[in-house]
Amino acid sequence: MNEPLLPPIGMLAELTHRCPLQCPYCSNPLELLKANRELDTQTWLDLFSQAADLGVLQVHLSGGEPTLRRDLEQLIAGLSARGVYTNLITAGVGIAEGRIEAFAAAGLDHLQLSFQGARPATTDRIGNHKGGHEKKLETARRARAAGLPLTINAPIHRHNIEEVPEFIDLALSLGAERLEIANVQYAGWALTNRDQLMPERAAVDRQAEIVAAARERLTGIMNIDFVPPDYFAIYPKPCMGGWARDAFMVTPDGTVLPCHAAQTIPSLSFERFGTRSLAEIWTDSPAFNAFRGTDWMLEPCRSCERREIDWGGCRCQAMAIAGDAAATDPACVKSPIHARMAMLIDEAQRAAAVSSNDEQFVYRRIGVVTEPA
Amino acid sequence: MMPLRERALVSPRSVPSLPKHVRIQYDPVRQAFAVLSPEKVFWPNDISLDILRRCDGRSTVGHIIAELAADYDAEQEAVAADVVAFLQEWSDKLLVKL
Repeated sequence: MNEPLLPPIGMLAELTHRCPLQCPYCSNPLELLKANRELDTQTWLDLFSQAADLGVLQVHLSGGEPTLRRDLEQLIAGLSARGVYTNLITAGVGIAEGRIEAFAAAGLDHLQLSFQGARPATTDRIGNHKGGHEKKLETARRARAAGLPLTINAPIHRHNIEEVPEFIDLALSLGAERLEIANVQYAGWALTNRDQLMPERAAVDRQAEIVAAARERLTGIMNIDFVPPDYFAIYPKPCMGGWARDAFMVTPDGTVLPCHAAQTIPSLSFERFGTRSLAEIWTDSPAFNAFRGTDWMLEPCRSCERREIDWGGCRCQAMAIAGDAAATDPACVKSPIHARMAMLIDEAQRAAAVSSNDEQFVYRRIGVVTEPA
Repeated sequence: MMPLRERALVSPRSVPSLPKHVRIQYDPVRQAFAVLSPEKVFWPNDISLDILRRCDGRSTVGHIIAELAADYDAEQEAVAADVVAFLQEWSDKLLVKL
């Protein structure tokens, strides 16, 4: 290691893979876990307690749809008792009356609500859930009424990129403090559906201008976080803020991962909470140490002045596109195969022009086993 | 449709406070004070912490400046510029209410 190992700050807990929506860009793995594989209440509480001891300050409760866990109130209360900041990441459909108030009473600090579209028809079609948009509006209203601060999350792709101005108006009208305009990352289900989801370059450029102008106009009124699309980028993102650097995630069965898609790297094996403590996994797990810091880097990353800015980018994207998890993220202009990104954009445009029909989505479902193209 | 929210501007009469979803918390693991907010953790330096702690929903910005100038034995005008700039930045990030 070329820098001291620091304790983690953030943790993403995927409490379940069950979800009422079927978004074709879901970041969950293609092989979804059924309910009988989920950790029980006490094990999650033990894990959260160890996380707090280790230095975790923020826990993002996600899934799947985390509100399908009937013990969510208990889990929030457990985290809150340890002073951990809790963020609920929800699709906001089918939440029973009174529960949002119960989450707030248990100590929930913040709620992030996804919208698949700014228009009802888009939301319902992308999530493959009729009436979903209306239910989400109701969830937003209930969250605000319960005194919870609200972030609206908008995952962006070719079928809703033109709705970005409407997403901004929607988030404002719902009283959100934050809006995430997050272009879809092509891992998990999004990689399977890449050709259907890839936006056109002109739309990406327009989007960047719209977001920049809105940020200026809405300074001090609403924060807009913008996650630009990797395939159109010059430099890669510092994925997870650097591999195993200050954050990690846990799957519904307690497998501890450096990031969502880490299990797509076949050379790595991951450990489950319970077989070892969280501190041991964070410190010693070979998978966590595989790409930690900068020692693992090859050229051009190794001597790059940006190596501690973007940490080599995304290991899973390097695996998916370069076929080598230790390669430079191909999103980087310095990658020898950076041109492949532009080719993939063009291929997607041609494929989408031929099919023209978005019913070609492979919707996210448990038991649909497909391999990425 | 569009709510009538406006950007708040710091004045000597502003009474800053931390919104409910922003909290200052001592972290025993790192032995430092953290500011926890949606999606982000900040590590304020001593002076920032002194300003944030005075954002109690009772003290005016003018009062905070006078107190800090006395505590740091500094020119009130220099302190005022720093405090106003700091609070405007934090208000613009919606981490301080004015």
